[in-house]
Amino acid sequence: MTVKILYFASLKEALGCAEESFVLPSGVSTVGELRSFLADRGEKWKALGEGRNVRAARNQRMAAAADPVLPGDEIAFFPPVTGG
Amino acid sequence: MTVSVQAEDFDVGAEIAALSAERNEVGAVATFVGLVRDVSGGSSVGAMTLEHYPGMTEKSLEEIVEQACTRWSLHGVRVIHRFGRLEPGDRIVFVGVAGAHRGETFAACEFIMDYLKTRAPFWKLEETPEGAHWVDARDSDDSAAARWEQGSR
Repeated sequence: MTVKILYFASLKEALGCAEESFVLPSGVSTVGELRSFLADRGEKWKALGEGRNVRAARNQRMAAAADPVLPGDEIAFFPPVTGG
Repeated sequence: MTVSVQAEDFDVGAEIAALSAERNEVGAVATFVGLVRDVSGGSSVGAMTLEHYPGMTEKSLEEIVEQACTRWSLHGVRVIHRFGRLEPGDRIVFVGVAGAHRGETFAACEFIMDYLKTRAPFWKLEETPEGAHWVDARDSDDSAAARWEQGSR
């Protein structure tokens, strides 16, 4: 029931975390629910909270809040992209 | 090899030549080269560091190229995007599109850049005299990408 979570760029800096292995609690079955759960873990995690401009990817594809999260997934959270 | 995400610089002339080498059906090659500027939002920029998401970055670029090839009849596409620390004047990105005529190659080149700007996971950290800061995404980049979804082209 574990997922790998990655954080990038300014979000990685704000959280002081690049990667973690996370055991999915019951009630967390979508990308949006996972984000909310993580955002409630403490003060700095509010960087993932509602109203913050955070994008998500599931298994290396852009994901929406309603997309499912399944054991073994690689989930990433990051700010809007600025390449090019 | 269509897409490369790399720290190393690239040779623009060699990339353009490769797009039409031994392909006499190619009548047009359109290219875009993005460079690091020494100024951003009124601050001078000494250098920037590009972070990316290894794996997803390559996939997203390949997907963008596939979409371009679905929209236009193209003979070849090459996308190179660098990561790591770059200084003003350094090349960041190359997009080259080969086709029969200029119309589809100009359009596809612009499409690829507009989508790359909003969908490929890269982030810029700029070094300025006031300190290092992450570049904010621009709404104008979103609207540039959105116009391709209105079905006019």
